[in-house]
Amino acid sequence: MIVLADVISATIVFAVPLLLVAMGGMFSERSGIINIALEGIMIIGALMGCLMMRWLDAAVVAGQLGAQLAMLIATLFAGVCGIVFSVLLAFASINLKADQTIGGTALNMLAPALAIVLTWVVQGQGQTTILIPTWSRITQETFGITVANPFLQNLLFKNSYLTTFITVLLFIAGVILLYKTKFGLRLMACGEHPQAAASVGINVFKMRWAGVMISGFLGGIGGLAFTLAAGSGFQSSVAGYGFLALAVMIFGNWKPWSILGASLFFALFKVIGAYASSIPFMPQFKGLEGVSTYLYPMLPYIITMILLILTSKKSRAPKAEGIPYDKGMR
Amino acid sequence: MSEYVIEMLNITKEFPGIKANDNITLQLKRGEVHALLGENGAGKSTLMSVLFGLYQAEQGTIKKDGQVVQINNPNDANALHIGMVHQHFKLVEIFSVLDNIILGAEPNKMGFLQKAEARKKVVALSEKYGLQVDPDAKIEDISVGMQQRVEILKMLYRDNDILIFDEPTAVLTPQEIDELMEIMRNFTKEGKSILFITHKLNEIMAVADRCTVLRKGKCIGTVEIKNTTKEELSRMMVGRTVQLEVEKGAQNLGDVVLDVKGVTVPSKLHSNNAVKDVSFQVRAGEIVCLAGIEGNGQTQFVYALTGLDKMSAGSISLCGHDITKAKIRDRSKLGMSHIPEDRHKHGLVLDFSLEENLVLQRYWQPEFQKSGFIRSQEVRKYAEKLIQQYDIRSGQGPITAARAMSGGNQQKAIIAREIDKNPELLVAVQPTRGLDVGAIENVHKQLVAQRDAGKAVLLVSLELEEVMSVPDRILVMYEGEIVGEFDPKHVTVEELGLYMAGAKNMYREVGVGTQVPEKEGNEA
Repeated sequence: MIVLADVISATIVFAVPLLLVAMGGMFSERSGIINIALEGIMIIGALMGCLMMRWLDAAVVAGQLGAQLAMLIATLFAGVCGIVFSVLLAFASINLKADQTIGGTALNMLAPALAIVLTWVVQGQGQTTILIPTWSRITQETFGITVANPFLQNLLFKNSYLTTFITVLLFIAGVILLYKTKFGLRLMACGEHPQAAASVGINVFKMRWAGVMISGFLGGIGGLAFTLAAGSGFQSSVAGYGFLALAVMIFGNWKPWSILGASLFFALFKVIGAYASSIPFMPQFKGLEGVSTYLYPMLPYIITMILLILTSKKSRAPKAEGIPYDKGMR
Repeated sequence: MSEYVIEMLNITKEFPGIKANDNITLQLKRGEVHALLGENGAGKSTLMSVLFGLYQAEQGTIKKDGQVVQINNPNDANALHIGMVHQHFKLVEIFSVLDNIILGAEPNKMGFLQKAEARKKVVALSEKYGLQVDPDAKIEDISVGMQQRVEILKMLYRDNDILIFDEPTAVLTPQEIDELMEIMRNFTKEGKSILFITHKLNEIMAVADRCTVLRKGKCIGTVEIKNTTKEELSRMMVGRTVQLEVEKGAQNLGDVVLDVKGVTVPSKLHSNNAVKDVSFQVRAGEIVCLAGIEGNGQTQFVYALTGLDKMSAGSISLCGHDITKAKIRDRSKLGMSHIPEDRHKHGLVLDFSLEENLVLQRYWQPEFQKSGFIRSQEVRKYAEKLIQQYDIRSGQGPITAARAMSGGNQQKAIIAREIDKNPELLVAVQPTRGLDVGAIENVHKQLVAQRDAGKAVLLVSLELEEVMSVPDRILVMYEGEIVGEFDPKHVTVEELGLYMAGAKNMYREVGVGTQVPEKEGNEA
């Protein structure tokens, strides 16, 4: 039973970055810009979030600043830095009409390099890991309560971070923004048929900038959320989660609720992979320890490939994504 | 108040290297249907884009009700109550009808959509003008005719009273065209003014009050329709007398060239077949026309016939040889020529030069290659011969990039290449699509010349005028089936329209409440 609580809480904490980043990708692609730079945006968000936590560490330890308030600052800072980084993609692909895939790939190559350099600059040469302070987690002490039941204890407080709750709010806000507002309708129109949008007086450039910047914000926070979930500090990498998020977005058919389902699904497999040895009913391949050591961590990626193969025929990408908008084209 | 609602005075609009509009003046009276007539590239669309705010003119002024106005973008046009139905509909396919109508003019509170009131207004408008639409249907699921009604509702929803229609009839059935004309007349009765861009003379004669003719960016003149004739209008448009009727000699039927038996082609989009059990023959010395509304399986049939795609059942033979599974080049060698529907996709390699495109069907013949190397001098000579013979005009002759040529001359190049092969069967799919009157006349002459030379011609066409005037026999296709066969001399356009819309079938009963043809787009 305790294992179940662990699996659920770990699933949620790993689903959070996938959900955030895939939602970000969705906003960008529905506005018409392929955002393959999500991986890079996550790295930048994680880097800057972790640095902010490091800078605030002294104040929090000294009790001058509430731990969760510091987390909120770090989270927002990660999001804002994600926006700043995504602006590079927006400018290249919208204003300069560059190839979006190449532009995104360039950013993905830039981000880890930048992260290593900045980490060294801040921490000194050779210090490649930015450690995450222990106060970042929400614990029983945060609320000043004691939960005796070990199941609930593990479920609620083993992997609890502020980013999880921010993500819930951002997801709901995202759904409303996309489906219930003027902005969302216009954004989707720009990703499907920008000429139609322009003919009714919508500024396609503006909407696409907005789409990319939203993806930068969500991607940046997602990067931080991933680093918190991984737990071992920031090492200039997010382990391919940006690309996994892209797969989640495609599997979720560019729709928020499906993306929510898809990210929980992938996170579950990731967690099953990690906890396989402690889950009773999982085959353990006695005598072939190497198999389970490598097979289970591969699970989420293998499942991703299989599902994408199976569902790709039905998936329907925004029609105009990847095509630079040109006023003269009709 | 001024007599004119809109005046476009001395408009000049230049694009790099070309004056698209040269000192054009157009005055639109309140409550009239004003036709704008001209060949392709005459500057009609540019002029309307200037009025709609998509382009800004270098010179000239626009007046609304006698007041000079500035129109810098579609929002400005909208504020002046100018609306436009574009030739290629500007609709978002995955959106509902309602969402498309309100897009850009969304009723909202603090940015949140208020769809309920929008729906009320749309339903009221659609009832008032008899523009039947389903507000919740998605655009991708509705017929082209309904899509056009959505475009019209978009204008009405914005309270526009100056309505621009850019070639609105190209995609409609004859019945839908009549309905549209009726709707236009209703609008003018209410005091709305209509600008109607077209190159179809019949429609102008039927619905317009006045007509302004453009040629090569210049304004030729404005005439009252009741004081003019079709011949006069076409002379103004082209600058010379055009033969509107197709002249054909006596028919001299020969052997069966093409024999199609039970051809069935599966659809790429849904589980139904796109082409269902189609059988017919084409004999030497006749032009057979496969008519129908776009998306009823003609494209898929031609793909199967020419070998671009596979069929799931049936057989095809050409001059007695079974070509059901033959390769495209083998079909070509057996005497099939193909003028494809999409000349950019299947007709030309756009970034190749004109001479390379002209030799595309024959470069492998000994005449043009020696041990794998192209004999470029022979290619040049051959290209120059064809250019001369078929009057293909281009900037730099044989070395012009195909992309840089006009649509009419691109088509001439394809026709030259396909006809010079001396085929037994010429498959011409919408050979006049997007061409102007002069070029159309030329294409029709070529088709008839093939027929008179004893060749078989299969023409696939959506244009009713072409369907009625060019072929010796008409086959109507609806939802992948052949539903009727006619002699053009003994059938009316209205009758054909009923078959094309699925309301009649020669070979079986038609159920009550005919369905809107399901869309079967080209697999782009």
